[in-house]
Amino acid sequence: MAVKKISKPDFADFVDKLTAGQKVYGVQAKGDRFDFAPLLSAKDLRLDYDVTLQPPKKFFLPPVETLLTFETGGEYKSNYDDEKFVLLGVHPYDMVAINQLDELFRQGYCDKHYFKRRDNATIVAVDVVNPSENVFAAEMGAAVVKEGFDVLLTDIGDAYTAEIATDKGKQLLATAKMSDAGEEDINKRQEVQEKNKKDLAKHKLKCPASYLPKLLEKAYDHPVWEEKAKTCFACGSCNQVCPTCYCFNVQDDVNWDMKTGSRCRAWDGCMLDGFAKVAGDHDFRKNRADRFRHRLYRKAKYVPEKIGGQMACVGCGRCIGACLPDIANPVAIYNRLVDDLGLG
Amino acid sequence: MCECCATEKDIYLPQLATVQKMRLMNDTEMYVRFTMDDSGAPGFDFIPGQFVEVSIAGIGEAPITISSSPTQKDGIEMVIRRIGNVTKAVHKLKAGDKIGIRGPLGNGTYPVDEVKGQNLVFICGGIGLVPQRSFINYVLDKRDDYGEVTILLGTKCYSQRFFQSELEQWLARDDIHFMETIDEAHDCWNGNVGVVTTLIPKIESELATSQVFICGPPIMYKFVLMALAEEKVPKDRIYLNLERKMKCGVGKCGHCQINNYYACIDGPVFKYSDLGVAPEAI
Repeated sequence: MAVKKISKPDFADFVDKLTAGQKVYGVQAKGDRFDFAPLLSAKDLRLDYDVTLQPPKKFFLPPVETLLTFETGGEYKSNYDDEKFVLLGVHPYDMVAINQLDELFRQGYCDKHYFKRRDNATIVAVDVVNPSENVFAAEMGAAVVKEGFDVLLTDIGDAYTAEIATDKGKQLLATAKMSDAGEEDINKRQEVQEKNKKDLAKHKLKCPASYLPKLLEKAYDHPVWEEKAKTCFACGSCNQVCPTCYCFNVQDDVNWDMKTGSRCRAWDGCMLDGFAKVAGDHDFRKNRADRFRHRLYRKAKYVPEKIGGQMACVGCGRCIGACLPDIANPVAIYNRLVDDLGLG
Repeated sequence: MCECCATEKDIYLPQLATVQKMRLMNDTEMYVRFTMDDSGAPGFDFIPGQFVEVSIAGIGEAPITISSSPTQKDGIEMVIRRIGNVTKAVHKLKAGDKIGIRGPLGNGTYPVDEVKGQNLVFICGGIGLVPQRSFINYVLDKRDDYGEVTILLGTKCYSQRFFQSELEQWLARDDIHFMETIDEAHDCWNGNVGVVTTLIPKIESELATSQVFICGPPIMYKFVLMALAEEKVPKDRIYLNLERKMKCGVGKCGHCQINNYYACIDGPVFKYSDLGVAPEAI
């Protein structure tokens, strides 16, 4: 691991050169909020953002993508995205989420469509400077990130430290004007990360996150699911803004010639009506409360069991902001269960 | 970043197959036999209980469990109920047409080797006969490998019965016990009337030491499991075929999830005792 230092003006020069040469997606202001968008100039880049509207998962699992093309009666052909790109400004919790998706799309059957994009991406992560109002990444162990990125930037005042983690990262920064980070710089970086481990906790869990799977073991029939789901619109907003939700639907589109077409994958959500419906109209999670519970169990029990115990909620807090009836806060739900069921 | 990508095929890419035979079996069930175009053999190796994603270009994919036995080498058989977009399109196919096939899929299969030498009881409800038939015909082809074989079949009404000639052959065999019932009495039917659980007390072999395989509509499992509990059949001798909307078939899309299990990669055949805490299963 090499940690370099780059002054802010030098970094801006580097970004301007970068955007002139290749596709870069960076965090930019969108009204009074932020989002990832194609970056054309360093002046538009906002590495001081609090949270983006959409998590960066869309660059690896797009809202809609073409998996295959076909001609009626003929062969199916795989379709892959080949464009190389740089993702600039991924927060640690979102990086943790991407690391989880990597594992889930690799497990059992490796999803080449996902990994082609992943291979094509160079990820520049950045430590949080301004915590968002609902972030609780620290509670889920995702306030800082140790792996997955190619470069990790940390704002240390008039400069950034840049941890170069991979050859891809080294190549990216090859033309940047950098110096080796000194002891003082490393200490400042450490301070930022330690501070984030405390500050990214606007909602506090009443138990360690590692206890959540056990807590849920005894919470299946708890009234909280019905109570919360009473005002749920089943709109799937919580699914859509979640950096770790990866459920999808697949459907065919036929072109105007009525012969050729494509098989597309699109985001789906377990909160949506009919998600678990089978042919013959039998719906295995017809009630909203069942779907609501399923989502919370996926985050803290079902998916963690697949990825070595890591929580599949990274505490970005987006679902809290996206939920109109304000029932999505996972911390509020888990705390309610701790209150009622105890820690034993 | 991911070594498997360099070599592994696209998990969503169907292979072409040709429909060899279509036969409408009743109002809604179509028998389909297909062969693979480029695999060097008409069919492929699989274990009873596995399924394929059947693909109709422009319409989509549907998960369909294989109904033929792996011992049958002239192609792969399925029985497809006309009920959704893809299955409606399948019903319009004719011999010679092309379909796409992904599979065989599913890691939870019938325990064909594990239960050798033991007594087997198959409890089938309606179209639940279709997946079970793969293992039943496998057992009949290797009859000496297994103990007593009992097959119970319940169908809602007389007109929905299918595979009649095969059922007649099962009835005529003296090395298996085959019992059938229909839910609603019919002029042309002289046999048992009532739901499939009414046949359970009539089983001659010792139920508590048999291996029991269940497949049918969702409601059937509950009542059959209650009846088996009364007969003191231990949970580790009961296998449930729990089919869901296996959209991707490879454990990614989330549609077939039953609590912490995926019907596609953990099933679709589950040992009841392995299911643990999965209230959504039954």
